[in-house]
Amino acid sequence: MSLADGAPGTEAVAPPAPGGSRPGWLRGESGQGLVLVSPTFLYALLLLAAPLLTVITISFWTQNYLEFDRTLTFRNYTEAWTDPLYRVLMLRSLAISGTVTIATVVLAFPVAYYVSFHVPQRKKPMWMFLITIPFWTSYLLRVFLWKVILGYNGVLNSGLMGLGLIDEPLTFILYNANAVVLTLAHAWAPFAILPIFVALEKIDRSLLEAAEDLGDGPARRFWRVTLPLAMPGVIAAALIVFIPTVGDYVTPRLVGGTDGLMIANMIQVQFGKANNAPLGAALAISAMLIVAAIALAFVGLNRRLVKGQGI
Amino acid sequence: MSAQRGGTWLRAYAIGFLAFLYGPVVLLPVFAFNDAAIIAFPLTGFTTKWFGQLWDNPVLHQSVRNSLYVGFTAATLSTVLGICAARASARYDFPGKKGIIGFIMLPLVLPEIIIAVALLVVLIQLGLELSLWTVILGHVLICTPFAIAILTSAFHNLDRSLEEASLDLGETRWGTFRRVTLPLVTPGVISSLLISFTISLDEFIIAFFLTGTEPTMPVYIWSQLRFTAKLPSVVALGCVLLLLSLTLLFAAEYFRRRSNRRTGSEGAATGGMM
Repeated sequence: MSLADGAPGTEAVAPPAPGGSRPGWLRGESGQGLVLVSPTFLYALLLLAAPLLTVITISFWTQNYLEFDRTLTFRNYTEAWTDPLYRVLMLRSLAISGTVTIATVVLAFPVAYYVSFHVPQRKKPMWMFLITIPFWTSYLLRVFLWKVILGYNGVLNSGLMGLGLIDEPLTFILYNANAVVLTLAHAWAPFAILPIFVALEKIDRSLLEAAEDLGDGPARRFWRVTLPLAMPGVIAAALIVFIPTVGDYVTPRLVGGTDGLMIANMIQVQFGKANNAPLGAALAISAMLIVAAIALAFVGLNRRLVKGQGI
Repeated sequence: MSAQRGGTWLRAYAIGFLAFLYGPVVLLPVFAFNDAAIIAFPLTGFTTKWFGQLWDNPVLHQSVRNSLYVGFTAATLSTVLGICAARASARYDFPGKKGIIGFIMLPLVLPEIIIAVALLVVLIQLGLELSLWTVILGHVLICTPFAIAILTSAFHNLDRSLEEASLDLGETRWGTFRRVTLPLVTPGVISSLLISFTISLDEFIIAFFLTGTEPTMPVYIWSQLRFTAKLPSVVALGCVLLLLSLTLLFAAEYFRRRSNRRTGSEGAATGGMM
C-alpha cells in the first residue's frame, strides 16, 4: 500500500500482510529482527490488544449497579443501535467528520500543490515545517482559543462590532455543529497537507511534460495525470482526518453546545456519570466498526476508480 | 504565462492558509498581556498580572511537576521501544513484519478516546489504582509510533557499510551498535525524545481518563476552563506553553536535520516527523 509511505499510521488500515519469505525465517537475520522488535510488539500486545479485547468482552456484559453481570448478551448493542439518542449522536459524528474531512482535504490540496510544484526545492522543508508547527502546540488550547474567538462576547464579535460591521453579536457561530467543523478542520489541516504533499513529490515530472507534449492543456493534464497520481495521498489524508475526528471529545464538548455533541462525549458519560461501562464499550466498539467499514469501503472504491482509469 | 499566474494565486492562497493556521495562536500573546477580565476587543491596557497569578498558584505548579514527570518518563520509554522497533524495521526482514509494525503504529489512527477507555477498563478490572504511572503507560503507547517514524528514517539513512567496516575490524555486534550505530543516530534519538515529550506534555484525553488524584497540566487547564474569571490566566499559561513547545520543536528539528546530515542524506522535505 503505497499511501503508507507518507504517513506510517495508515499502514494499520491495510490488512496485515502475510509474512515475508519463508526461507528468511530460517536465516539468523529474521530471527534477530523478531527479537529486536519483540519488546515494542509485546508492549503493544499487552497495552493495546489486551485492553481492546477486554472492551469487546465487557460490551457483551451488563452493569449491575457496582458489579458486572458476566452473562453474555447483545443487549448493549441492541440499545446502542436502536435508541434514537445514540443513533443521532453516531450519525452526527459521522456527518461532522465527513464534512471536516472533505473541507480539510479540499482546502489543503492547493497548499500541498503549491509547495510541491511552485516552491524551490531548498525552501520546501521550511514550508512544511511552518505548516506542521501549529499541530505541535497544545490541542486543548487551540480548541479553547476557538471558543474564545467565536463566543458571544468573543474576539470575533467584539472585533466586528468595534469595526461597526455588525450591531449585535452573532450567536450562530458558537455552540453548534458548524463551530465543531471549523475547529476540527483547523486542527487537522497539517495532517491533510503532509500526505498529499508526499504523494505530489513522488510524481515523476517527466510524465507531466509528456502529457503536455501530447497536447493536454494545464487543466486536462491536472485531471488526467496529476490528480490520479496524487490520489494515494488524498486518500491517506482523508483517512487520517476522518478516523480520529469521529472520536473527538474535546472539540464538541468545548464549542459544540448541545447540538454539536458527538459519540465520544456519550462514551465518556457512560464510563463516568452514567456508570454503564458495558453500554459505553458497545458504543465505542460500534463506532470503531462503522469507521473501519467506511474507511475500507473508501479505500476499495478508490482502488476501483483508479483502476478504471487504466492507471 | 498562465502557469506563472496560477503560481501567484496559489502562493496567495497558501499564505492565506498559513494565516488561518496561525490566527488563533497569535491571539495568545495579545490577550495574555491585556488588562481585562474578559477576552475581547478592544484591548484595554497592558498588564503582567495574569502571569503573576500563574506564579502564585501552587496547584498549577504541582500539575506542571506531574506533567514533567510523566513527559520525561514516557519520552524515555517510548524512545527505547522506538529504537528497538525502528532498528528491526529498517535493518531486518522478518516474517509478519508489516503486520507487526502496522499493529504497533495502530494508535496513530485509533481515536484516543478508544485507547483511553480500553486502558481504563483493564486497569479497573485488574484492580490497579489510577496514578501518574497509568497515564505514563497510555502515553508510551501513543508516543511510540511517532518515535518509530522519526527513528526509522534515522536508521534508514544510516550507511550500512560503516557497520560492516566496524565488524570487519573486529568489533562485536553490541560494540558496533554502541560505538558506531548509536552515535550516528543520536540526533534522531534526541529528536524522538523531544517529540515524544511534547506529545505527552500536551496530551489530554488519556490523562483525563487515567489520572487519579494527581492531575497533569492539561487536565488542570481543563478544570479551569469552566470558570470565566480564570480564562485570562489560562491564556497566559497558553502563552508560556506555546513558547515551550516552539523551543522543543525547533530543537527537535535542529537535531533531525543534523541527523540527516550526519548519516549522509539530505533528508526528505516532509519535515521527517510524519
